[in-house]
Amino acid sequence: MKRTGQALAAMAVVTALALSACGRAGESDGTTAADGPTEVTLWTHSAGNPAELEVYTQIMEDFNASQDDYEVVSESFPQGAYNDAIVAAATSGDLPCLLDMDGPIVPNWAWAGYIQPLGISSDITDELLPTAVGIWDDEVYSAGYWDAALAMFARQSVLEANDIRIPTVDDPWTKDEFDSALRTLKAAGYDTPLDIGAEDSGEWWPYAYSPLLQSFGGDLIDRSTYLTADGALNGPEAVAWGEWFQGLFTEGLASNTGTIGNEEFNRDEVALSYTGVWNALGSLDAVGDDLVILPPPDLGQGPKIGGGSWQWGISSSCSGAALDGARAYLEFSFDPEYVAAFADKQIVIPATEEGTALSEYFSEGGVLQPFTELTQFAVLRPETPAYAVISTTFETAAMDIMNGADVQETLDQAVKDIDADIANNDGYGF
Amino acid sequence: MASNPSQKAAKRRRALLLYIPMTIFAAIFIFPLIFMFVSSLKPDAQILADVDNVRALLPVGDLSLDNYAGVFDRVPFWRFLFNSVLVTVLIVGLGLLVNSLAGFALSRMEWKGRKVLLTLIIATLIVPFETIAVPMVYWVSKLPTLVFEDGLLKYDFGWLNTYEVMIVPFIANAFSIFLFTQYFSTIPTSIDEAARIDGAGWFSIYWRVVVPLAGPAFATVAILTFLPAWNAYLWPLMVVQQESMRPVMVGMQYFFQLNTAWGEVMAYTSLITLPVLLVFLVFQRAFVSSIASSGVKG
Repeated sequence: MKRTGQALAAMAVVTALALSACGRAGESDGTTAADGPTEVTLWTHSAGNPAELEVYTQIMEDFNASQDDYEVVSESFPQGAYNDAIVAAATSGDLPCLLDMDGPIVPNWAWAGYIQPLGISSDITDELLPTAVGIWDDEVYSAGYWDAALAMFARQSVLEANDIRIPTVDDPWTKDEFDSALRTLKAAGYDTPLDIGAEDSGEWWPYAYSPLLQSFGGDLIDRSTYLTADGALNGPEAVAWGEWFQGLFTEGLASNTGTIGNEEFNRDEVALSYTGVWNALGSLDAVGDDLVILPPPDLGQGPKIGGGSWQWGISSSCSGAALDGARAYLEFSFDPEYVAAFADKQIVIPATEEGTALSEYFSEGGVLQPFTELTQFAVLRPETPAYAVISTTFETAAMDIMNGADVQETLDQAVKDIDADIANNDGYGF
Repeated sequence: MASNPSQKAAKRRRALLLYIPMTIFAAIFIFPLIFMFVSSLKPDAQILADVDNVRALLPVGDLSLDNYAGVFDRVPFWRFLFNSVLVTVLIVGLGLLVNSLAGFALSRMEWKGRKVLLTLIIATLIVPFETIAVPMVYWVSKLPTLVFEDGLLKYDFGWLNTYEVMIVPFIANAFSIFLFTQYFSTIPTSIDEAARIDGAGWFSIYWRVVVPLAGPAFATVAILTFLPAWNAYLWPLMVVQQESMRPVMVGMQYFFQLNTAWGEVMAYTSLITLPVLLVFLVFQRAFVSSIASSGVKG
């Protein structure tokens, strides 16, 4: 036994000496980095989305072929797992240079120090839809090729058969008209005439339903200070929204069951569907020319839709030649052809006018062109690091309201939770 | 002695009474699997149309293997499967060895502090993994490792994007150690003494005497270790950034896009459930006997 122990100790010493002599990996020469192009790492949330990956791959190949100084190498993650992977990588100091992120999270990641100011030419960012640019502390931290938009999908024949006016961007439904239309459609035989998407969860809830709250005159936070939600999320306008929202379900005008997506509308089981541009081509296939894309209703303060989608940023750890390469890649990638390709593959709205003009679906006369008009109603989710907590708090509150909770009490509690988080973080710099 | 007709009838009635609830329970447990396999053959629209009626459980309509083709287009399935099999086999295999040795030392060897150590090991069970996951990521990202570079063996720091980071933290398992300790305590120590008189050392007693008598404990620990290792999601997601290293459960997220491809989800879950079913069918007898003898279920 003693002899075995001595042998093991001797082996350990020999191994340690051998490794000390060999040295640490990556320190011996360094010729590869000096001789070849500088590697620029890039992470996307596009794994499992071949259409999106195809465009990214094309951009990277074109960029790498266009010059000899930098080589962009990518790794893709599935969207549902992406934010957790980023937070873990930030913890271990292992973030890539370039990374994409959902628009509302940009202030939080900028405040947390994950990302640095974008630093690309303002000629590019000035041309983008305002909702495709992420700003924190008066600096641009992210920029995206596209934005999405929600709309009301309907069948023209169904509206006409029930004497319901077809609204326009200039003359949307009022709240009374919308409520009346829903009741008429229910009486016409639709069990629940509106598919509002309540069977979904997560970021969909603030993305889809906080614009309805804003159309009532409420909001997720007091945007004059960003220090409290009091008055905005629990004031009379917000309570009116909550009671109306709850009424949709208690009156049987909308359902919280069913399947995520637009299948119920495509099968004519619901008359109206409050859904996104990404479902438009599928519904065009199912419904054909009878499909009408309508603006959301004006519930008091004009129609509103959510703004801000996936955008590109640069991590704080990116520096030196890699940082120059990351910025060069981003500037290269905002070519109108790529913006248009992205919009047509992913069925989302191009973020630039030039990109829109080149798009098959969104250019003048394109079948999805009505969506470009809806971007005028877009409202960014609050640009504050507190949004991560605001988002989950609002989702919980809205779900409770849907399920019959007292509206005022629920919204008061949500305000308390949001304000406590802001106070715990010393106001997040506001 | 032959039983009379009335006894036979009573026996049949008892059997029938037993089989009715058993059939109902079997149906409840097997319906999700049938739904999964059947739906994997249907297009998305039909899955959604059938979901609220009995057709959901029947292979009817427009059936094809398109969803399976879609799975192989969307994810590098065989790579994910290889990663999961490798990681799971090593966690289970090494876990059985390490934890049973620990259990042996805690239950059969006399040494100071073993009861305190066992208490401390059991105490770690109350700490949820999620609470220590982020600190663990930081920790493993600083651990030393060996790499081959330019034909030389060198050292480096950081275990991220390696197989060992998915395996090593899960080899030692407090519950497995506790289970082995308890089971080994039920084996009479007089056997050890007899073996020692015959000249056996501690490892011989462990390997030649205790292990052969502890089959049910090994089977139970194997089941309890296999399932979480196969289903691992959060940890590999956090420590493995390269697609080529991902296990099957992280691959599941590939199918949840703006519009979920439900047919492909069902095809993928069918494919990754098959190995689990296969393992269960092959080891069914050992599993059932281990549950019966240890009173622990997976």
